[in-house]
Amino acid sequence: MALKKKDILGLRDLSVEEIDEILNTAELMKYILMQNNKRTPHLQGKSIVTLFYENSTRTRLSFELASKYMGASAANVSTSSSSVTKGETLLDTGRTIESMGADVIVIRHPMSGAPHLLAKHVDASIINAGDGMNEHPTQALLDMYTIREKLGKIDGIKVAIIGDIMHSRVARSNIWGLKAMGAQIYLAGPQTLMPLEIERTGAVVCSTVEEAIEGVDVVMGLRIQRERQREGLIPSIREYTHLFGIDGRRIELASPNVIIMHPGPVNRGVEMTSEVIDCPASVIEEQVTNGVAVRMALLYLLTRRRVVA
Amino acid sequence: MICIKDISIVDGISKTPYRGYILIDKGRVVEIGRELDIYSENIVIIEGEGLHILPGLVDMHCHLREPGYEYKEDIESGTKSAVAGGFTSISPMANTNPPIDNEGMVNFVKSRARTVGVVKVYPIATITKGLKGKEITEIGELCEAGAVGISDDGMPVVDSNVMKLALQYSKMFNMLVISHSEDLNLVADGVMNEGYMSTVLGLKGINRAVEEIGIARDIILAKNYNTPIHIAHVSTRGGVELIRQAKHERVPITCETAPHYFSATDEWVEGYDTNTKVNPPLRTADDVEAIKEGLKDGTIDVIATDHAPHHMDEKNIEYNLAAFGISGFETAFSLAYTNLVEKGILSLATLVEKMSSNPASILDIEGGKIEEGSTADMTIVDLNREYVVDVENFYSKGKNNPFNGKKLKGKVLYTIVDGKIVYERGEIL
Repeated sequence: MALKKKDILGLRDLSVEEIDEILNTAELMKYILMQNNKRTPHLQGKSIVTLFYENSTRTRLSFELASKYMGASAANVSTSSSSVTKGETLLDTGRTIESMGADVIVIRHPMSGAPHLLAKHVDASIINAGDGMNEHPTQALLDMYTIREKLGKIDGIKVAIIGDIMHSRVARSNIWGLKAMGAQIYLAGPQTLMPLEIERTGAVVCSTVEEAIEGVDVVMGLRIQRERQREGLIPSIREYTHLFGIDGRRIELASPNVIIMHPGPVNRGVEMTSEVIDCPASVIEEQVTNGVAVRMALLYLLTRRRVVA
Repeated sequence: MICIKDISIVDGISKTPYRGYILIDKGRVVEIGRELDIYSENIVIIEGEGLHILPGLVDMHCHLREPGYEYKEDIESGTKSAVAGGFTSISPMANTNPPIDNEGMVNFVKSRARTVGVVKVYPIATITKGLKGKEITEIGELCEAGAVGISDDGMPVVDSNVMKLALQYSKMFNMLVISHSEDLNLVADGVMNEGYMSTVLGLKGINRAVEEIGIARDIILAKNYNTPIHIAHVSTRGGVELIRQAKHERVPITCETAPHYFSATDEWVEGYDTNTKVNPPLRTADDVEAIKEGLKDGTIDVIATDHAPHHMDEKNIEYNLAAFGISGFETAFSLAYTNLVEKGILSLATLVEKMSSNPASILDIEGGKIEEGSTADMTIVDLNREYVVDVENFYSKGKNNPFNGKKLKGKVLYTIVDGKIVYERGEIL
């Protein structure tokens, strides 16, 4: 078991086999995670550094715990986004971290392509923990893991993704990954937040949230940032909730066995009502647990690569 | 005396090349003939067998960065880069620091070019004072000082009234107004063409509408006030169509495109190579097709480089933060030959019009043809020579060029300025 790739930059460049391998490995990791004693030696002697240019609670913590459960040395560097434009360049920071012996650098950055730039210039493995509007591959992998765990398969299922598709790296990664694994995707959101020609990915763009949710097996909500209103992309959060908010009435339209997902953090009552978030069909908390398992799997597979090579 | 013999001559006048020799003396073409019958020890002979000689290339849109940004390029390195690309006359844009917005600055550029430059430099001045878009410059004095055109290139003149005033006022001096046509509000913080690729890569887009709205406004001004205008770096199908229609209606309009707009598409941004970041951005295959059609049917008059050198520190960073621009002097001719002439879109004679005769006539400067008595500004090229672009060999300080590593055909071998060989097979003399 190992990945041939040095880096995990996005789901767009992962094959079905690679995705399967990651999800299968994550199953083993989840088993370990469920034990009373969570320590395994899979990453003994390895050094993992998280380099975050954006705020994050769950993603960073998830990587940190994944590293520690498997015996790696883990450290984190947080840089406020203001230092992106002044001070040390990304490459200098990356090379500095590598010089201290990091095997894997996990990077989150407000600009698309930043992990790709780093990956080209350092020998350490790079994991993209979210870059600008581009991809958030580990989130999509944990979403796919959760879907597979709950529904037994990904091939042939229908997934609705609702909200700010344009700015969402979670949506993009899920579109690439889920399409590759054979799911059908329906998108809904304000036209001003729908990126041009997104239908060329094979996803179906629906004109209403009802149309998108009709008969689907998975409803995925996305966080709506309040700054979208300041930017003038939507007239008000209130109207957004009115037109696209996911509530019990709309969930009724989905398949009876629907599962409800959200990458978090949720704006309760904005993109999703509490009634939906806390209902039995919601798997939002399990997504978080699975996130640790998937990240354990990725760290293991990437660091194995060196031994195999 | 220099004699170039047994060479194919594309003179910028006749439609087909002819074989012969060219005799140069005291900076001028003194004789063009079939068979050379005088021999003298004082004549330097260039064997032209298998080569073509063209009127020296003229670039009406480039950036030499001096004063203010000498770490990117300066007049010395920029003009060396130009001759290596076969150019004998160039017009640098005015967005330096400070900008070229007064007589003294025009004189500075001209005198620097005379001192350290190796080609003829005809400065462009700004349309507005300090490039601020508010008040027009002293265009009369700029003209007397030797500026051949005005442009706020890099920034559009947003205020339509200011643009109107500039067009009317320049007409008194036959001063060319070159417009960088964009709707700034619509650009927002875009970094590449808006379309499928920007969606895939998660980068903010610059829609074609940005350019097309800008061009439409400029056409309407030129038409209603009957003033000539030149549109810089056209990159979209819609832009070409607007200009085609305007020319049909006899609006006094000319325009240019740059080699990258017919040689590369937004798919090249894949992998986030910042050398593909340029404004206007690389467009789609359909736009490339339209640019080629526009060149073929004469809608597009000129191929200009928009040579925009940057320091590697401004490119070796995140795509969003990287500077816009391509260092283009040294690949321009090869890209045009490979992608236009080899592909049967333009004849060699038409390419010479776009890269020499037309820009010379639009700027109203000498050059653009080879005839007895004309100034000996010429470029000798080997059209059969294939080579791989290596930016490390550039004379430009700017190594930012997305064609690095690509195989191109048609290489500049000699550049002759005022009868002097200034560039010979890779060396600046």
